[in-house]
Amino acid sequence: MAEFFDMGGYAGFVWTAYGISAAALIWLAVSSRGQLKQTSEAVEAARARRRGEG
Amino acid sequence: MHRFANPAQFNRLADAILPWAKAAFVLLLGAGMYFAFFDSPPDYQQGESVRVMYIHVPAAWMSMFTYMVMAAASFTALVWRHPLALLAGRAAAPIGAVFTALALITGMLWGKPMWGTYWVWDGRLTSVLVLLFLYLGYMALWQAIDEEEKAGRAASILALVGVVNIPIIKFSVDWWSTLHQPASVMRLDGPTIDGSMLTPLLLMAGAYQAYFAVVFLWRMKLEINRRKLAIARQVAMHAPVGAE
Repeated sequence: MAEFFDMGGYAGFVWTAYGISAAALIWLAVSSRGQLKQTSEAVEAARARRRGEG
Repeated sequence: MHRFANPAQFNRLADAILPWAKAAFVLLLGAGMYFAFFDSPPDYQQGESVRVMYIHVPAAWMSMFTYMVMAAASFTALVWRHPLALLAGRAAAPIGAVFTALALITGMLWGKPMWGTYWVWDGRLTSVLVLLFLYLGYMALWQAIDEEEKAGRAASILALVGVVNIPIIKFSVDWWSTLHQPASVMRLDGPTIDGSMLTPLLLMAGAYQAYFAVVFLWRMKLEINRRKLAIARQVAMHAPVGAE
């Protein structure tokens, strides 16, 4: 197990590369999803308002 | 109202594709990570550091693929003025910027132990850095110009001009002899990389492609929402006072 995490002495490089990649891709996905949800709600609200006026 | 017809259709299409793209991402990522760490050998020269390849190369491929998506969208926007095309370019740009940054960062983390340096100003690394600046420039133009139509045109022209950088990236390793190795998968005479390493590499490339599909569709829907909100705001602004 320790040998696996040691990555033949390249642990610092290999795990940092995977860690940064995972963090960046998760951040982009989560923020995109969040903005989509937020704007969807705003569109719904605008539609409801318009219906109320009409 | 014809403006809304296309986006509504697009949203339906996106909602039909999304579950499949998500499932493909999970499966490909799971299989890719398994092969990358448990069922592929260390390299005879590079040892275990070769495992960085399974995230470096897919990020680099996707950085170019995403650029071509953005450029094709920009071309469509400029020539045919398709209302969704501009939004597609906007949706793709941040994804491409992240892929490009990851290609550079993982490359540096692989270069340090293998080449002895994080960075060298050679053709490949420099042209990929230029690619990152093209993405950032595209996004900055949208931010900097208030008038939507002007911003879209300027950003699209930048995206198209930047296409010349793509063949430079691809062939840089052949044109200039450098620390970066030449292509070993995308070759006319077939891959020279061993099957045991090609399997995890292609699985991870597939996972990155599926990730792109999911996030791109989310961002397309997001851009369509933004557009609708902008139009709604304009309508509200021009409505006569007391109409409420």
